[in-house]
Amino acid sequence: MTGPKTLYDKIWDDHVVHQAEDGTCLLYIDRHLVHEVTSPQAFEGLRMTGRRVRAPEKTIAVPDHNVPTTLDRANAATMTEDSRIQVAALDQNARDFGVHYYPVSDVRQGIVHIVGPEQGWTLPGMTVVCGDSHTATHGAFGSLAHGIGTSEVEHVLATQTLIQRKGKNMKVEITGSLRPGVTAKDITLSVIGVTGTAGGTGYVIEYCGQAIRELSMEGRMTVCNMAIEGGARAGLIAPDEKTFAYCMGRPHAPKGAAWEAAVAYWKTLFTDEGAHFDKVVTIKGEDIAPVVTWGTSPEDVLPITGVVPSPSDFTGGKAEAVQRSLDYMGLTPGQKLSDIAIDTVFIGSCTNGRIEDLRAAAAILKGKKKKDGIRAMVVPGSGLVRAQAEEEGLAQIFIDAGFEWRLAGCSMCLAMNPDQLAPGERCAATSNRNFEGRQGRGGRTHLLSPAMAAAAAITGHLTDVREMMREMV
Amino acid sequence: MDKFTTLTGIAAPMPLVNIDTDMIIPKQFLKTIARTGLGKNLFDEMRYTQDGAEIPDFVLNQPAWRNAEIIVAGDNFGCGSSREHAPWALLDFGIRCVIATSFADIFYNNCFKNGILPIVLPKEAVDVLMDDARKGANARMVVDLEGQTVTTSDGQSFAFDVDGHRKHCLINGLDDIGLTLEKAAAIDSFEARAATLRPWA
Repeated sequence: MTGPKTLYDKIWDDHVVHQAEDGTCLLYIDRHLVHEVTSPQAFEGLRMTGRRVRAPEKTIAVPDHNVPTTLDRANAATMTEDSRIQVAALDQNARDFGVHYYPVSDVRQGIVHIVGPEQGWTLPGMTVVCGDSHTATHGAFGSLAHGIGTSEVEHVLATQTLIQRKGKNMKVEITGSLRPGVTAKDITLSVIGVTGTAGGTGYVIEYCGQAIRELSMEGRMTVCNMAIEGGARAGLIAPDEKTFAYCMGRPHAPKGAAWEAAVAYWKTLFTDEGAHFDKVVTIKGEDIAPVVTWGTSPEDVLPITGVVPSPSDFTGGKAEAVQRSLDYMGLTPGQKLSDIAIDTVFIGSCTNGRIEDLRAAAAILKGKKKKDGIRAMVVPGSGLVRAQAEEEGLAQIFIDAGFEWRLAGCSMCLAMNPDQLAPGERCAATSNRNFEGRQGRGGRTHLLSPAMAAAAAITGHLTDVREMMREMV
Repeated sequence: MDKFTTLTGIAAPMPLVNIDTDMIIPKQFLKTIARTGLGKNLFDEMRYTQDGAEIPDFVLNQPAWRNAEIIVAGDNFGCGSSREHAPWALLDFGIRCVIATSFADIFYNNCFKNGILPIVLPKEAVDVLMDDARKGANARMVVDLEGQTVTTSDGQSFAFDVDGHRKHCLINGLDDIGLTLEKAAAIDSFEARAATLRPWA
């Protein structure tokens, strides 16, 4: 294709192995991340057909979904039998097929989407896949990254390619700067509030604009992470000096002359002037407020200053869905969001389990205590994030505030390990999905930023963190 | 993978938007290392009480739809996680076709890998099919992949679109990996080219 290209067009074009007449492409995959839940059937498929992993050096495995995050997790009894079998299967598969592996006992173990960038596996301009929808996270580096199913995991293991049709281009521009107390999480939730959870279906989103440029790499990962909640398989941000600075010196990043060559290539990864987008959404950064979700879909999001809506505010099938959500969530139309009392606070996940997220929460919690009776936990995204937070004194702030300070894993984001909500238990969570039962059967989830989660832990109800920040000044 | 050509079966009406993959198969059932056996837990939290008793109101618990092979649903079916356990659970229950106004991308894609046909139709058509599905076990819907039509029990037909490559694989029950490995030479030469252009990758 000639003429001006989007960032997505450029990465796509550089990875097409073969294009059929009907437009179906075989796309080369640079990095394949693997975790224990969506891979056992794929490795089993290879065994049954006598196939090998084509590029074990580009395949990185780490257990994260099932692993307990309590300090006694080296004790096998902390895991259920089926979880233990799944993690043991990954151990075995990593060994048998010779892929890179970070076992539970390794300090580098953590959530696959935090480990990839941290270790320098994720680099600009790459294609990155994983049997996990939050693979979109890696798009923060200007890499084309998306989730795949287990059949595709097997396909990538065997062929290092994926059969794909190109998606459409969507631009989400966040102009101007964010106001104090507003974070990357508020951007990404607010975008979904505008587009809906299906608004990005069939598209790859490029996030751009001043507010995006002003985000750290951690913040950019938070934004791209939830592209999938907007229906887009992938979200992208063009790499810049911040990206290069983040990558430099990481264990698997290029060094020396190879680094110079890589940066020269990475600097070509931007959307050309005049390139065509099929859909454009523009939001003013200064219009974004700290937000929370009130329902059971990530699109059910409102500024913390708002009230619980009524089903009659919606039309079509959504009205029924809202009624069902309110029944499930135990909320009444007209109720102030900041009056909603919570039982639990969960800080962590591939959305908000990085060092900057822990810093933001600790800044609010410093010298304060969680409200009595609140269950509160911080689950760092990786062993290295945990170590850094301890070094920076953040861990002590959490412990002093009455939080549990955990080991790394996916934990209560999807509650596949013992960290679960009880029926009716209401949680302020920095994770990414508020679906029915997501954090435990009957559990009620409100999605928000780490700073907002910290504020809620102190007051015991959903709280506008900006008020707390004013008091701190 | 089982071939999909024509299906004549009972359709279950699920007039909900955003039926997500956590609803289709909750996470506690993702701990399997097999592809089969998930059908009994399909829609588990909607289908059973906490102590495992059937919830009589749920559509697949009602006598008319216990043997459904088709689901008719609202917008954005299959949103959420990439878990292929969702189509595995549907298939294991006996569902071979889902009809909705829209699907989430990853789920849509996963269906084809497992011999399930996801059909996108405009709201007006889905409304008619939803009404037909509500008729229950006496009404049989006909899905013809070859001719790309869905026909209600009283003969009203709707044409649908499907990607040619995916249709071909579904009708013939083809394994993608086998097809791709036929292009091994193209993958080899791509890797050789990439090794000089982007050696760090």
